[in-house]
Amino acid sequence: MKYSIFSLARQALNYHKDWEKAWRSPDPKPEYDAIVIGAGGHGLATAYYMAKEHGMTNIAVIEKGWLGGGNTGRNTTIIRSNYLQDASIAIYDLAHKLYADLSQEFNYNIMFSPRGLLMLCQTQHELRGFQRTAHANRIAGLECEMIDRARVKQLVPIINDSDSARFPILGAYYQASGGTARHDGVAWGYARGADQMGVDIIQNCEVTDILRDGDQVVGVETSKGTIKSKKVAVVTAGHTSTIMEMAGLRMPIESVCLQAMVSEPIKPIINVVVMANTVHGYMSQSDKGELVIGGGADPYNNYAQRGSFSALEHTATALVETFPIISRLKMMRQWGGIVDMTGDRSPIISLTDVKGLYVNAGWGTGGFKSIPGSGFVFADTVANDRPHPIAQPFGLDRFSRGEFIDESVASGVAH
Amino acid sequence: MLEIKCPVCGVVGEEGDFHYGGEAHITRPASSDPENISDNEQRDYLFMRRNPKGLHFERWRCDRGCGKWFHAARDTVTNDFHGYYGITELPPVALMKQATGSWAQFFKDKLDGK
Repeated sequence: MKYSIFSLARQALNYHKDWEKAWRSPDPKPEYDAIVIGAGGHGLATAYYMAKEHGMTNIAVIEKGWLGGGNTGRNTTIIRSNYLQDASIAIYDLAHKLYADLSQEFNYNIMFSPRGLLMLCQTQHELRGFQRTAHANRIAGLECEMIDRARVKQLVPIINDSDSARFPILGAYYQASGGTARHDGVAWGYARGADQMGVDIIQNCEVTDILRDGDQVVGVETSKGTIKSKKVAVVTAGHTSTIMEMAGLRMPIESVCLQAMVSEPIKPIINVVVMANTVHGYMSQSDKGELVIGGGADPYNNYAQRGSFSALEHTATALVETFPIISRLKMMRQWGGIVDMTGDRSPIISLTDVKGLYVNAGWGTGGFKSIPGSGFVFADTVANDRPHPIAQPFGLDRFSRGEFIDESVASGVAH
Repeated sequence: MLEIKCPVCGVVGEEGDFHYGGEAHITRPASSDPENISDNEQRDYLFMRRNPKGLHFERWRCDRGCGKWFHAARDTVTNDFHGYYGITELPPVALMKQATGSWAQFFKDKLDGK
């Protein structure tokens, strides 16, 4: 069913009784051309672009829980592409450009809102670091600029611009085209689009083993039986290590908990995204009026999807210092997602030592913004059994060759 | 919030009083044979990590107490600590026997005859 003002009016007159389900819930077939494990944003985007760009429609996305129920539904929905390294700029910029047209492409509103994004400079070191990133981004053709404190205050009137702040605002790195999108909408849009092209999305189906015949992958064992396939793509974020261990592979990944929270809804007070990396906090306001708040990850390995209070306290402290007006706001909800951290804080989009087994992981604390780009290049990688040029630098072999894409200095805590 | 007990000085504190040191029992291959280390061995040492969903063996430092490093066995799903032991020691036999997955493989030959 195509969504439009006419379908809305027709359904309204009919008491909204006849809306079709946005995607089917089929039983798995015995065999597929390819299987994607994980129906988060990255997995669904991979399946969507495999069907759309490569004509592979006899594929399945297998999900342990419900689609978009992991980190896709738990992040703070920030979209930006102002990374330092060329390889990162290429993939995040591709994602950013794809995001701009997704609502039209899907016929489904993902509420993409390029409202502007500021990364505050609160130490001389951070100021110089972002100046360096700004130069790198300009060379790559990204529209970003360094702005001074007066301009920051103009864009964000509620910010504490005092000289006596513990970390005074020295300026900011501003990407006017950065912003947010509705995270559930992105997952649902990709799911609906993939389903319309014939992709089977199988929820509540846990993968319990990856089947190998020698060096070739031949399928997966699941809670709904054996499903055969010569291509298996693993897109399981924080659970990548446990899934890859089923195929006998170790990963350069550690899983930690990253928490976020939202406040009670209030009238509009901030219309850009502000990231304060020195003090570990970032904030934007949703269309409902809630302040969406995130910060640093808990330090220890964790699969519990719930973190420690101390990390939340640290984030709240940082943001109250930066935005004194929010000091009496109540927080409504708090949650945690299990993120997959690599040594150089850059993702892994790669073939593996097992033929037909592919992995897309390691997005750590910054996966949401990259969903369309990640899915696009990973679909190409899986379909053609060789790395897409943009995915090539993100191969697993970089850890043996020492050819890292070091973003941990460039972006610090915030992604 | 984790509650941690330092096995060296005996102090009990919350996680902010301690510092996380990551996976335990990693040995640097270049220490024993620096000339014959392959790129993959060095990669395994620097980056490949056991990342179990379940019992994990890890290092902590008693930051605001005695300042000493120690080992702990913690479940990464329940966040319960199953035991503590010295920084130069292997886990007690009972803890090694609880290990699963790649940790069970790691302790296999160390458990021989125990």
